[in-house]
Amino acid sequence: MATAHTKTLSRIMNLPSIILLFIWMIVPLGMTIYYSFQRYNLLTPQRRGFNGWFNYEFFITDPAFFEAIGNTLLLVSGVLAITIIGGVLLGILLNQAIVGRGIVRILFISPFFIMPTVSALIWKNMLMNPIYGIFAHIAEFFGADPVDFFAVIPLLSIIIIVAWQWLPFATLILLTAMQSLDQEQQEAADMDGASTLAKFYYITLPHLARAITVVILIETIFLLSIFAEILVTTNGGPGTASTNLTYMVYNRALLQYDIGGASAGGIIAVILANIVAIFLIRAVGKNLEA
Amino acid sequence: MARKVTLQRKLGFTALAWFLGCIMFFPIFWMILTSFKTEIDAIASPPLVFFQATWENYQLVLNQSDYLKYFGNSVVIAGGSTILALLVAIPSAWSMAFSPTRHTKDVLMWMLSTKMMPPVGVLVPIYLMLKYLGLLDTRTGLVIIMMLINLPIIIWMLYTYFKEIPSEILEASRMDGAVLWKEIVYVLLPMALPGIASTLLLNLILAWNEAFWTLNLTAANAAPLTAFIASYSSPEGLFWSKLSAASTMAIAPIMVLGWFSQKQLVTGLTFGAVK
Amino acid sequence: MGNIVLEKVHKCFGDVEVIPSVDLDIKDGEFVVFVGPSGCGKSTLLRLIAGLEDLTGGKIIIDGVDVSDSTPAKRELAMVFQSYALYPHMTVRKNIAFPLKMAGMPQDEIDKKVMAAAESLNLTDYLERTPGLLSGGQRQRVAIGRAIVRSPSAFLFDEPLSNLDAALRVNMRIEITDLHKELKTTMIYVTHDQVEAMTMADRIVVLQAGDVEQFGTPLDLYNKPVNRFVAGFIGSPKMNFVKGKDADEFDAHEIGFRPEHMSVSTTKGRWKGVVSVAEHLGADTFLHVKTDEVGTLVTRSDGEINVNYGDTVYVSPNTDKIYRFGADGLAL
Repeated sequence: MATAHTKTLSRIMNLPSIILLFIWMIVPLGMTIYYSFQRYNLLTPQRRGFNGWFNYEFFITDPAFFEAIGNTLLLVSGVLAITIIGGVLLGILLNQAIVGRGIVRILFISPFFIMPTVSALIWKNMLMNPIYGIFAHIAEFFGADPVDFFAVIPLLSIIIIVAWQWLPFATLILLTAMQSLDQEQQEAADMDGASTLAKFYYITLPHLARAITVVILIETIFLLSIFAEILVTTNGGPGTASTNLTYMVYNRALLQYDIGGASAGGIIAVILANIVAIFLIRAVGKNLEA
Repeated sequence: MARKVTLQRKLGFTALAWFLGCIMFFPIFWMILTSFKTEIDAIASPPLVFFQATWENYQLVLNQSDYLKYFGNSVVIAGGSTILALLVAIPSAWSMAFSPTRHTKDVLMWMLSTKMMPPVGVLVPIYLMLKYLGLLDTRTGLVIIMMLINLPIIIWMLYTYFKEIPSEILEASRMDGAVLWKEIVYVLLPMALPGIASTLLLNLILAWNEAFWTLNLTAANAAPLTAFIASYSSPEGLFWSKLSAASTMAIAPIMVLGWFSQKQLVTGLTFGAVK
Repeated sequence: MGNIVLEKVHKCFGDVEVIPSVDLDIKDGEFVVFVGPSGCGKSTLLRLIAGLEDLTGGKIIIDGVDVSDSTPAKRELAMVFQSYALYPHMTVRKNIAFPLKMAGMPQDEIDKKVMAAAESLNLTDYLERTPGLLSGGQRQRVAIGRAIVRSPSAFLFDEPLSNLDAALRVNMRIEITDLHKELKTTMIYVTHDQVEAMTMADRIVVLQAGDVEQFGTPLDLYNKPVNRFVAGFIGSPKMNFVKGKDADEFDAHEIGFRPEHMSVSTTKGRWKGVVSVAEHLGADTFLHVKTDEVGTLVTRSDGEINVNYGDTVYVSPNTDKIYRFGADGLAL
């Protein structure tokens, strides 16, 4: 498809989406930057004006800020660690000859299709509730004290819920990648006298590198913006113990109506995401070309 | 494996896989079970596995709350935004897959990078804009936003699928005398249809479950199921059976769709990097 | 009719010049093969004729009409692709009928023509199958069927046999040659396989780096190569080349002699050497002889010769059949 006619035509066909995405990227971001330098609170809309770096200073010096950054990173890395390690192990397991593999796969993949508010509420009420939850009953059965998950370990509880949602995704992708592993390569390694562990380390793992990169990229995109799970379980608390950056900005904007402050927070979130993105996009770009 | 799998080994793996699978599925199973309990049975101690099943909760949810309105909102928002995005994305992906330039790779990467922008970075202006335009808490507003959110992923998925159609076949149709529209109708579209269908399916799932914009930009009017379920989080609304019934209805259609789209999910969401 | 003329055809991809300038005159009914090493521009040249690529400069004239700016559809050529490019979602019948449908022919006439094509290609039993269920050879036939139904003014083949196994390739080679004899339509055939070129072509175009090195009949190319490149490219095993004082003797910068034009002796000869490889093919024996003076030479002797790996032999070229080249690589 390399004649001038089709070339021009296809440029035109590509334009709408480029323009839309460009506007989508530039206009709101520009406005956020503008607002971030404004004194602007919806409760006191008459007191507006240029505010310099005040919003940023105010946002960053908020004691909750560093906690939110830490929580964001912990949430992302915690879920990534669980889902990738778990995904590799489960992938290996499901790649074995198993009776009823189709049904087992459905059992494993299902949590991925559950909307975040539903999964968070099931976990919060029916599993992690300190009095009526299943975990409490199990603890009692063994004679231990039930844990009040969202009061004692709020962030870890959220990590568990989110990991439950994303483990199926990682498992499915890594399982698919394993199934495309060259059988002859495995047999060649057998002939070369490689042990099961050596085969995993030298053949399976390098083969999975690409799939793992993709899982990290996709999950990170979604995990940086975890919101609903926090909203319906802890509301960011107790205190700010489970507030991530997304929730903190939401809190500023829609609960405190502090447009300027929330915008500054939004810009900080964008910068953080971009730092992560630069590394990821590079890694993925390299991996996808191969 | 050409090597014989010993029976023991097979049984061991089977048992382990089923055990872990049941643990993964347990929360969903428990939710479905609870949806058939009375509110009293739902919080019984020790928890009840055998009980008098009842449809009452489903009836209550359907009658009391405007469940159907929320369901309709979900359908309109997820379906509308996906179809709208497809209409914009198909020509775009077609052009990049079949007549790539030096910049195609960069354009694709840039599109993906827009997805890296955290929604919270633009929450304030989007909220204010929709408010100003009177689109806050309307389905139209949500459809537009959700379409823009998913557009990059849709373009990527379609691009991946289109890439797999050999360009020689399109050239063959041109040699056979097909003009552009005939080439598209008779050759390209039939070959691209499975890919378009997978993309549609996957994005329906993603859009159905999206819970940042839907929670922040809707209230009573345009709220989809995600927001409706979230309203059960208030401490005074601890009606587990009703929550379970509402949740089961909210996830059932999309979960079944999901079961059938496992393969497409992998290819689609990894942009063809994993097959 | 199918007279195809290329005038100063020029093609660049971005800054890369693939075809500097090509002039060709392909006569109606001729079977012309484009041959050359990979990357020589032979496929690009074919695609330019097809209209699948734009010309950067020059003209393409088919039957006296300048088609340089015409779409492929308007040029009324048919093409068989390397991958066959069958429509996977259509049955064999629909695949073959497609060009006729595009031309807007009435259905009953289409049916008639498809049946005729299917019969001549032994495809009648497969008409309702989709390409995915066919073997490589059958797919190839469907691709040819699709090309012949609408009686184009010329056929273009882009390495059509390279995906087939060796035995099938020989069969299809003969079938395509027969087809040409039957239809007497111009055919342009691209290949990197010089055996295909030599056996099928009326005339061969040897290309290198986008330039036409020589355009002539197979035997012309074999007997009178215009330069060192053509001499080395045509013929299998390849021609031996020798420089230095042996070439000076013949008043040339370099001399070449084909393996089949050499004699091997165990007692005397021009160059002494050791057999490093002996390929006994039955009818022929190829010897790779490592000499001290002029490097490794390849010879072709009859199958009966009793020489094996490690033997010391003497080889001499047949002086009547020596090709002489100047310092610029041109034949003298």
